[in-house]
Amino acid sequence: MKIAVCVKHVPDGRVRLDPGTKRIDRSGDGALNRVDSNALEEALRLKDSSQADVVLVSLGPPGATESLLTGLALGADRAVLVSDPLAEGSDLVATSRLLAAALERESPDLVLFGQQSSDGAGGLLWGAVAERLRRPLVSQAAELAVGDGSVRVTRQSESGDDVIDAPLPALVGVSDSINEPRYASLRGRMGAKKKPMDVLALGDLGVSPEEAGEAGSRTVVLGIVPPAARGSTVRLEDAEAAPAAIVEFLVGRDLL
Amino acid sequence: MKAVVFLEHRGGELARGALGVLSKAATLGEPVAAAIVGGPDVKALVPQAGRYGASSVYVVESGDVADPLPQPRVDALAAIVAAGGFDTVLLANSVLAGDVAAGLAVRLDGGVNWDLVDLSVRDGQLVGVRPALGDSIVVEVGWRSGPQIALFRAGSFEPVPVEGPEPEVHEVAVATEPHSVLARLVEQRLQQQSAGPSIEDADVVVAGGMGLGAAENFSLAEALADALGGVVGATRAAVYAGWYPYSAQVGQTGKTVAPKLYVALGISGAVQHKVGMQNAKTIVAVNSDPNAPIFEFSDLAVVGDVHAVVPELIELVRQRRQGAS
Ligand SMILES: Cc1cc2nc3c(=O)[nH]c(=O)nc-3n(C[C@H](O)[C@H](O)[C@H](O)COP(=O)(O)OP(=O)(O)OC[C@H]3O[C@@H](n4cnc5c(N)ncnc54)[C@H](O)[C@@H]3O)c2cc1C
Ligand SMILES: Nc1ncnc2c1ncn2[C@@H]1O[C@H](COP(=O)(O)O)[C@@H](O)[C@H]1O
Repeated sequence: MKIAVCVKHVPDGRVRLDPGTKRIDRSGDGALNRVDSNALEEALRLKDSSQADVVLVSLGPPGATESLLTGLALGADRAVLVSDPLAEGSDLVATSRLLAAALERESPDLVLFGQQSSDGAGGLLWGAVAERLRRPLVSQAAELAVGDGSVRVTRQSESGDDVIDAPLPALVGVSDSINEPRYASLRGRMGAKKKPMDVLALGDLGVSPEEAGEAGSRTVVLGIVPPAARGSTVRLEDAEAAPAAIVEFLVGRDLL
Repeated sequence: MKAVVFLEHRGGELARGALGVLSKAATLGEPVAAAIVGGPDVKALVPQAGRYGASSVYVVESGDVADPLPQPRVDALAAIVAAGGFDTVLLANSVLAGDVAAGLAVRLDGGVNWDLVDLSVRDGQLVGVRPALGDSIVVEVGWRSGPQIALFRAGSFEPVPVEGPEPEVHEVAVATEPHSVLARLVEQRLQQQSAGPSIEDADVVVAGGMGLGAAENFSLAEALADALGGVVGATRAAVYAGWYPYSAQVGQTGKTVAPKLYVALGISGAVQHKVGMQNAKTIVAVNSDPNAPIFEFSDLAVVGDVHAVVPELIELVRQRRQGAS
């Protein structure tokens, strides 16, 4: 079985918006999006239990190779990075077009996604990629089992757990509650650099420049506005006097 | 703008968040339509949509869309958009609605802006407001071309009932795409509804986080909730630790609450928790870290150890209540 794991290289630490381009500043250090390691872990467990080829697929700046090395050190077999200046500024529809094209080349049986990127925070990409690939999709997977040509997923939703079956090939977005990701071993880290990593440009994917980056995007950031002012916060620093002060506060607001 | 609002429903009720979006859309100056998609009998929800401002309701009623799965809903909404000639689709975020919005954007070659907390029309253009980067900034977003899809942060708008004529009903037939019906729901384990008010309807929510230190310390949250006449909520971290059931989880992947009073005990205030409770009228937080992010959006910030503050607080609240009655 072949499993593709979509992983994102996200800015490390405090994320900022470039006031000029109104895009996320990706010039600084980055790291593997934390919850994408849950998707990778799930793939590695399937590999451990039933043999699977695990390929990482990512769209990002050249520096994203760093996050892919992290994934390879954890146990993925290969990595594919789509990196092209023409892809910068891609929104959800443009990103999904590029990733779908990269996935199409791999034709995996199962595509896994993390729960959310820390910078984009849409938790949406899988829905767009599934529509492009015309494959079944299940998101928010708290449990995942691969059976005979199909997956069974327990999806966590607002109203409870839904058990959903889908025939392979399929796409699954995992919840960060699905597993506890492993740490890379020293051996894993040493071996990572020797594993294959392909870096692809738009041309390699057959995607034209008008379909990528801002040109291929349907949304735009118009401006940055100051956050709305909140009412003022009353602070109580003296823990001993706090209980009585809280009661007084609640009474003052007619809550008690 | 010709907008349609996707009205999700659960357990025979239209979702509050979706009705809030409908109410908001109705204030933007043009008649607004609603889309209801589901199995047999879903038409029964039409009057409710009318009460919250829909002037027309597009209904797809079919066995193919009976289960709460996103892909057949992309087919249904695409059919509704075509039937009504809509250029804008508005959705309240949920596990289901997010997947629908993303799929629909690709299907219609439109754009999707998500996590919006407000929407307006400026110079004839739709403008969305979105807190971003862990709510550290707020950006205004727009659409370049194609159908405009807007996904709103849970709980952004209150549903407001309005007087008006019965909405016009349009039934739309849908032909599902082959890939849309491959995923199948085999079982639904609905959450147990505990007795008393549900966490979404309670006036007071006392929520506990990792700062409570252990599962048994949730008894502090329970006792305080009891004294204040409220119910208990929890962070995802506490739920994962097995300290409290998932049904009590507040936040992006749990419940959205807007009580009169929200008391946060040992909760850091991560943005994923914040989105589920920021619309509480009054927020009181107890946290031992003076720099805890939750203090940035609390009305009363109590710097202290929950074990030092809460037991006495419970006592004082009880005394006060007894004295008052
Ligand atoms: C995609 C995604 C979705 C998520 N969805 C949700 C969601 O729906 N709901 C949710 O809650 N989270 C959600 N999270 C998780 C969220 O990011 C935080 O990890 C979580 O909310 C933290 O929970 P916490 O505040 O209990 O724990 P922590 O962040 O560990 O905070 C504990 C706090 O307790 C304080 N403390 C410690 N000891 C004491 C003491 N003795 N007295 C007083 N204070 C003390 C500490 O100072 C700290 O601020 C989600 C995360 C992701 C990535
Ligand atoms: N640029 C990217 N390259 C590869 N995978 C991505 C990228 N962006 C997002 N993803 C995947 O999609 C998931 C959801 O991302 P998002 O919709 O941005 O919150 C992430 O957890 C990743 O698994």
